[in-house]
Amino acid sequence: MDKFLIIFSLFFPFLLSVQAQENLLDQLKKENNTEWTPSSSTFKAIRLINGHTVETRKKGNLEFLISHRFGRINTGAYEFFGMDEANMRLGLDYSIVDWLTIGAGRSSFRKTYDGFFKINLYRQNQNKSRMPISIVWLSNTAINTLKRPELPMNFQRRLSFTHQVLLARKLNHKASVQLMPTYIHRNLVQGREENNDLFALGAGLSYEITKSMHLTMESYHRLSDHNKNYSNPLSLGVDIETGGHVFQLHITNAQEMTETGFIPATTGDIFNGDIHFGFNITRNFQLTKAN
Amino acid sequence: MLSLGNLNAQGYKTIEGKVTFFSSAPVEDIKAENYDVSGLFNAQTGSFAFLVPINGFRFAKSLMQEHFNEKFLESHKFPEATFEGELIGFNTSKAGTQIVQAKGNFTIHGLTVNTYISGNIEFQEDQILMEAIFPVKLVDHAIQIPKVLFYNIAEEVEVTVKFVLKKIEK
Repeated sequence: MDKFLIIFSLFFPFLLSVQAQENLLDQLKKENNTEWTPSSSTFKAIRLINGHTVETRKKGNLEFLISHRFGRINTGAYEFFGMDEANMRLGLDYSIVDWLTIGAGRSSFRKTYDGFFKINLYRQNQNKSRMPISIVWLSNTAINTLKRPELPMNFQRRLSFTHQVLLARKLNHKASVQLMPTYIHRNLVQGREENNDLFALGAGLSYEITKSMHLTMESYHRLSDHNKNYSNPLSLGVDIETGGHVFQLHITNAQEMTETGFIPATTGDIFNGDIHFGFNITRNFQLTKAN
Repeated sequence: MLSLGNLNAQGYKTIEGKVTFFSSAPVEDIKAENYDVSGLFNAQTGSFAFLVPINGFRFAKSLMQEHFNEKFLESHKFPEATFEGELIGFNTSKAGTQIVQAKGNFTIHGLTVNTYISGNIEFQEDQILMEAIFPVKLVDHAIQIPKVLFYNIAEEVEVTVKFVLKKIEK
């Protein structure tokens, strides 16, 4: 066998040298056992449609968020299919460190201010820990500042709170799913038939159509509230990513853009045509160097 | 078998490596650095191999790093860039920096190009210094920048490599 190899190598020195090179590379690949953190994202944007995704930006990133929800499409031509009426929210999300993001916003609907923090607890990975899902904690406080002279309003009565656990899994390179168990407490509700506490379960998904475009879906099911005046929020959308911006276009039956609003108090019935067209635009600013 | 035998006698392995790429375009200059590189060199035969994990590149903007991996180089499909081949025209006993040619297969984004790269090499007592600057054309490796992106990326990026290799102890 050795003799054969020597004769072989005499006649085909080139072939042997190619084999030698491959051996070096194979050896490198074998030795290369460093763990890489995945840099791929579960969702394109930090908001799914109305609510949050498990996505947060890295340390030092400031994201400016402009969101609009127009009026109902079924209001007809006189209201220009809802375009005459618009609610908007302006918000800022800032990542202090990779695992902690804080944010604040102001919505025109009921003149609401909101502030939140978002903690990255676990990240889905293929490293030793093999975490199958990403887990993020979100706590949000909203203050509605609408003047209501008919009621003795004080600061307490204007507050409402949301606590959410966001559980997401990237199934493959194209598809991601998310579950959102949610608890909401509102200090003041509309009437006796409404409960101050509410439990809800949200579900969402995102599917890649092209490298820069994703289809999204978000819905919340209210578990402990069976008030007929309200519906479960359901939204469909598309994410378009253009580098530092993400454009999100969607249709939804919810008018509010904070969890304390759209989860317990969505009034639109999507099957009745109470559909709002809306969009979110994000702009990302890297304030401090990432690495 | 033969090559491994040789490698034990005259084999060198990277102890330090850095790969930088630089794209210069009117809107913005983009730069990324990678220290997670590894390489082997056989001083007897001149054959070498280098391995660069794509997601080891670090950018100043974290979102850009994500897009670089997800959209441009698709590191989930093609996790590494490799360069394997032979060094030509070096003299291990010569002191100081000498100019050498590296001939071989350069693979990135799953596409291999047979190429010549000119670089510097310096043989020191028990280590070797290597350095090269060469251009990489995106079109050669089918690296496409989606039209919708506002990034302005040069069609040809400049790659700088620097390695320190140490003799493999038996």
